[in-house]
Amino acid sequence: MKCDQPWKSGPFSAESGARKKSRGFSPGVAAQGLKPKIKSTQRGAEASLFHAALKLTFAVSLAALFGLLFSAYAAAQVTPDRLIDASKEPQNWLTYSGDYSGRRFSSLDQINTTNARSLTAKWVYQTAATGKLETTPLVVDGVLYATAQDDRAFALDARTGRPVWMYQRQLPQDIRPCCGHVNRGLAILDDKVFLGTLDAHVIALDSKTGNVIWDVTAAEYQKGYSFTVAPLAVKNLIIIGVSGGEYGVRGFIDAYDALTGARRWRFYTVPGPGEAGHETWEGDSWKVGGAPAWNTGTYDPVTNQIFWPTGNPAPSNRGAGRAGDNLYSNSLLALDADTGKLNWYFQFTKHDEHDWDATQVPIIIDSAGKHLIAQANRNGFFYLLDRSSGKLISATAYGKQTWSDSKDSEGRPVAKKEASPTLEGHTVCPGALGTTNFMAPTFDPQTNLFYVTSRDQCDIFSTAPQPYEAGHAYYGSAYFPSDEAEPYRGFLKAIDPLTGHIKWQFEHTSPTWSGALSTAGGLVFTGDAEGNFIALDTTTGKPLWHFQMGGAVYAAPMAFAVDGKEYVAIAAGSAVYAFGLP
Amino acid sequence: MRNSFLRSCWGATLFFFILLARSKADDRNPFANDPKAAKAGEYEFRINCALCHGLGARGGGRGPDLTRAQKKHTHSDAEMFQVISNGLPGTAMPANGTNGQGVGMTDEEIWQIITYIRSVEVKAPAKPIGNVAHGKELFYGDANCSLCHMIDGKGGRLGPDLTGVGGSRTGESIIDSVRNPSRRLAWGLTEATKEFPQEYETVTVVTADGKEIKGVALNEDNFSVQMMDSNEQIYLLEKDKLRSFKKSRESMMPVFSADVLSDKDLDDIVAYLVGLGVK
Repeated sequence: MKCDQPWKSGPFSAESGARKKSRGFSPGVAAQGLKPKIKSTQRGAEASLFHAALKLTFAVSLAALFGLLFSAYAAAQVTPDRLIDASKEPQNWLTYSGDYSGRRFSSLDQINTTNARSLTAKWVYQTAATGKLETTPLVVDGVLYATAQDDRAFALDARTGRPVWMYQRQLPQDIRPCCGHVNRGLAILDDKVFLGTLDAHVIALDSKTGNVIWDVTAAEYQKGYSFTVAPLAVKNLIIIGVSGGEYGVRGFIDAYDALTGARRWRFYTVPGPGEAGHETWEGDSWKVGGAPAWNTGTYDPVTNQIFWPTGNPAPSNRGAGRAGDNLYSNSLLALDADTGKLNWYFQFTKHDEHDWDATQVPIIIDSAGKHLIAQANRNGFFYLLDRSSGKLISATAYGKQTWSDSKDSEGRPVAKKEASPTLEGHTVCPGALGTTNFMAPTFDPQTNLFYVTSRDQCDIFSTAPQPYEAGHAYYGSAYFPSDEAEPYRGFLKAIDPLTGHIKWQFEHTSPTWSGALSTAGGLVFTGDAEGNFIALDTTTGKPLWHFQMGGAVYAAPMAFAVDGKEYVAIAAGSAVYAFGLP
Repeated sequence: MRNSFLRSCWGATLFFFILLARSKADDRNPFANDPKAAKAGEYEFRINCALCHGLGARGGGRGPDLTRAQKKHTHSDAEMFQVISNGLPGTAMPANGTNGQGVGMTDEEIWQIITYIRSVEVKAPAKPIGNVAHGKELFYGDANCSLCHMIDGKGGRLGPDLTGVGGSRTGESIIDSVRNPSRRLAWGLTEATKEFPQEYETVTVVTADGKEIKGVALNEDNFSVQMMDSNEQIYLLEKDKLRSFKKSRESMMPVFSADVLSDKDLDDIVAYLVGLGVK
């Protein structure tokens, strides 16, 4: 279903004929395609010089206009190889985290510490939707693709913010997203963009028109399944993880053939009878065990492994009835990209009772010949793993936590008995929202620092027994701000991933839900709950520039370039903003 | 043609009756007085409502005591259903599913919660805890409350407007705020229900020209602060242009200990405020 209002008022309403002619052209080809038209106009000049001059002016203007429109619009195919080498084309932003490593780093340096103070807003695109925007845009050859509430997707001219196409899914009334009608973005491959929907479908849209190419049902939304994650395109597959940990779903990660939409594999994050790990669930609790996979993982093309994080076991705050470790909830999974076969797993929080989904983006880091993967976890610890084996290297608290004061033989923080929620309730830190959450972190290979948004907050956790009923909330808990708690505090923290040491921290006025972006310009960008977009010095954490966007930030920034000019974009309130130098 | 007209008429009539039946069903609590539903409702209440209304529905810092038989906004079960479903614009009461505390409730679950609330209501009206008329006199007189607090447009501006406080807070929490004003400045700790996050923190700044200003923060971000001093003067300041900026959770409201304001006088003031809340 296309929302046709902005389409009609958009640049193509008067140019549809020309659009057909230049379909599929790259910028250079688009200009060539217009040449014959100019020539034929010039032939008409023999009749009347004045008339011809007028015509020529008109044609040149038209050509210039078309050139402008289609140089941005007519993207070349995004091949799997381009995705692997995404960091070699920093003018584009090809995956949720920018490249497969998950580091959300841009090697563009035109905007840097010396000129950041002169950044200005270049355009604002209002989505005409209400609620939170959690999207990270993609940019391919001058076209920006992003999503908005209620499964809207749109393509914009990345230089002007003018829409090229818009799509909005017709969602059923009774969808069951847990935490707002949100979406975190698209994947792109070949000439399609891919969207996971709130009614648990995966769809492919034509990247040039927004037309639906294929649409497959992944699960029954009536039972609480939904998608909010930005999928990840790997080879010819679209990898996507499901949401629904609040409804007692049985979590999974799926891979779909990008061309046809046929499902190639599914990895259930809760093992069934006969499968390894099934014994970590009491009785039939596995059937409604949760362990969703609602944030985008990363990919190592060298070993052909996908690293995908998983969420809480269900019910999230009540461990009674699901005795055991509850694999593979709150884990990092290393899956073979072609088959979905599990190579290794690491469970961050065993038998979680505090809703501490481990769904934070795991970042691939190579250091001194070591193949590492790092995650700042919702439970308040920063984990560094060997990504060839899944073996834990270190776990260091990076925020206020009271749930663990010891580690097991592997070095994994172990929960204190008294951290379990009770019927009366008692205080545990971090609170249910976690030290961090879905806010995308960033790793800067120039400073070797890992930047993450964090929150110090404690909650009173109390249990509230809830029977499972399909499609009904199933989290078995209530949590409250603790009376004893200090006011909540929010930070951007710069962590040395090898030591877990916090090099600097920037305190926000209040906790923020914004992710962060680092760039080769020595800048780390983030947003705040008060609506500011902020550029900080990556080495010191000193704020160098800010802009008041007028709406709280729930999204993560990204960077791109068009016509040699660098932009930084972020969603705030109900709009997408792009900033650049004057 | 006539057949099709008749069919349309029948269709419309049937549709009307279905609508009527449905709206009637929605008006009546299908679980009224069902103890099993009340128990289910108790857990739903914990999950969805207790954050503001407190465990046991006895009220918290931000939500009224729902065990009072006489409520400000709702009387019938149907009205309660509407308020839970749609929220109360202009108050901290959010629409179902929008409070950031997880998913929305089904109609059935809302009815269960209503059944639970009815089961814990204290049927006999509580004895007035104080003398309302004397409380009003103190509020505007010797206790000096109105120097900083406004009721129905009359009073000071530095502290929170207390017109609706009796409807949203329990007597106990009001007493606590008078005796220990810094314990929790404002109960707006959860972002989900605070549209405007004023928490009445005390701010002391020194401007570039050396002037010290002390007041209450109206709003603040990383780079600016909007504040009001005790003369009700508003200051709009950029932090990087200040010589110093200090924020404290020591309230500007003085501590009213029992030797300054007796328990009896405080009860009278609370009776006045709570009385306003249910009028």
